Amino acid sequence: MGAVYKREMKAYFTSPIGYIVMAVMLFLMGLYFTYMFSAGYSDISFLFMSISSVSLFVSPIITMRLVSEDKKQKVDQVLLTAPVKLWKIVTGKFLAAFTLFMLPFTASVIYEIILNVNSADVSWVMFLSNLVGIALYGAAIIAIGLFISSMTESQIIAGIVGMVVSFFIMQIDYFATAVDVAWVSTACTYFSFVNRFYAFTSGQIDASNIVFFLSIAVLFIYLTTLAMDRKRWA
Amino acid sequence: MIEVKNLSKRYGNHLAVKNVSFSIDEGEIVGFLGPNGAGKSTIMNILTGYISLTDGEVSVGGYNVLEEPELAKRRIGYLPEQPPLYQEMTVREYLNFIYDLKNVKFPRKPHINEICRLVHIDHVENRLIKNLSKGYRQRVGIAQALVGNPDVLILDEPTVGLDPKQIIEIRKLIVGLSKHHTIILSSHILSEIQAVCKRILIINNGEIVADDTAVNLSHNLSSNHTIHLRAQGPESEVKKLIASIKGVRSITSLGVIEPGSMDYEIEPAEETDVRKEIFTRMSDRKWTILELNSNELTLEQIFLRLTDGSFVAKKSEAQKDEALSDSDKAAAFEAAFGEEEK
Repeated sequence: MGAVYKREMKAYFTSPIGYIVMAVMLFLMGLYFTYMFSAGYSDISFLFMSISSVSLFVSPIITMRLVSEDKKQKVDQVLLTAPVKLWKIVTGKFLAAFTLFMLPFTASVIYEIILNVNSADVSWVMFLSNLVGIALYGAAIIAIGLFISSMTESQIIAGIVGMVVSFFIMQIDYFATAVDVAWVSTACTYFSFVNRFYAFTSGQIDASNIVFFLSIAVLFIYLTTLAMDRKRWA
Repeated sequence: MIEVKNLSKRYGNHLAVKNVSFSIDEGEIVGFLGPNGAGKSTIMNILTGYISLTDGEVSVGGYNVLEEPELAKRRIGYLPEQPPLYQEMTVREYLNFIYDLKNVKFPRKPHINEICRLVHIDHVENRLIKNLSKGYRQRVGIAQALVGNPDVLILDEPTVGLDPKQIIEIRKLIVGLSKHHTIILSSHILSEIQAVCKRILIINNGEIVADDTAVNLSHNLSSNHTIHLRAQGPESEVKKLIASIKGVRSITSLGVIEPGSMDYEIEPAEETDVRKEIFTRMSDRKWTILELNSNELTLEQIFLRLTDGSFVAKKSEAQKDEALSDSDKAAAFEAAFGEEEK
């Protein structure tokens, strides 16, 4: 697991992907922060809420090549014939992508400190709740992206499909209100990433939301393992 | 070291490997020989655990590849047909990654240094893999297989696409490695296998059609070898002269191929070499020998015989036509290229 994690992390920063992700995320976070700071907001939740929809579209960039590129370059042969359990390899890849996803959020600590210096009524609990929320939300969408990457040999296709899926995740609340069938809107509400994430931004650390995001992450890591293993049985 | 029992692999409706059984002892160096698509890579991929099997049993070093995959895989170093390299890493980074991935217990630095020295990549170890030539990439692929010092090396077409100099170097390397490893090598090039392997498994259409040493294969299949002679001189007298040599069973004329000369097919008795005698007698009469060669089947011909009967039949058909209904010649080709009865 450690070997794969280390390699993937290095790969992010020997290719432009790591830098592009960092640049986009840090630029937009800076922009949102400047906006809220100059408008006099002291609640960092605004920043997290704004960046969450951006990160939906950044995550496919992080995950698109994780498995697909290995398959294309036939490097999966060395991974699958190594004396390692497959789920460990998949988890290593997941953790690397997740690390890159979370890396820009280290900057949010600085923003929070600035807010804290500037005004007295800043809540660090609220900040922590936001951070936990974005981590869980990120873990879920990264795992989905990882799974999509394991379905194809082309990172471009993995990226595009990832974007489409992200679009649906973003629009699911709209479906919930637009569709006039009761069970569909209930299902859409249940699977709403945005709603569940927004709970964290308002300071509620709800067990059901934690379980939801973690289940999605674990499920898709498992499905990725299955997808890579299934090829062996084809 | 390697036991394969009744192995089958099915892709949809296509049976890629059909009920194959063989065993390989420790220290052996075995060549898988077969045309492209014969099932060589499939068998190798199953041995290494990259793909699963449909039926049968495979064990490596006493460990079943399905039941104890980690233990079995630990004993194998695998170089797939296309070396599994991360292009954007340097050689050293890549080997370090493989070292970590395989969770090797030897001290890292000396182990990797030794491998680099062995496969002669120590001077390129800080270069990016994508900038290396094909020959060096192949070496890095072999180095990767050697990490962890596994007992068994499985090399899938290790010299394909290399230039002749590189081929010789890689061959030497493999022979060197065979002192400490059990090696399985695949190729569709005969000279390759002949140069390196003592034992050859010929695989065709997912089946093993021959399993023997190179020498035996050549000997068994070419016991009825013939001698081809092209000489100047009166046909009937030449035939009479040669037929009188002790050890010559028969001589037949094949017709005129080069103007002013005649081609003959001579069948000697088994285990005798009559070429020297033919030469002295012909020179005594001042008849010129233009060509004299022994048609002992090369591995090439054996390979074609075993792997593609239809191809051989077609070839002999075509050559029969060329011979313009020369029945002698047709018979000669029948003898040389006829269906193998084994």
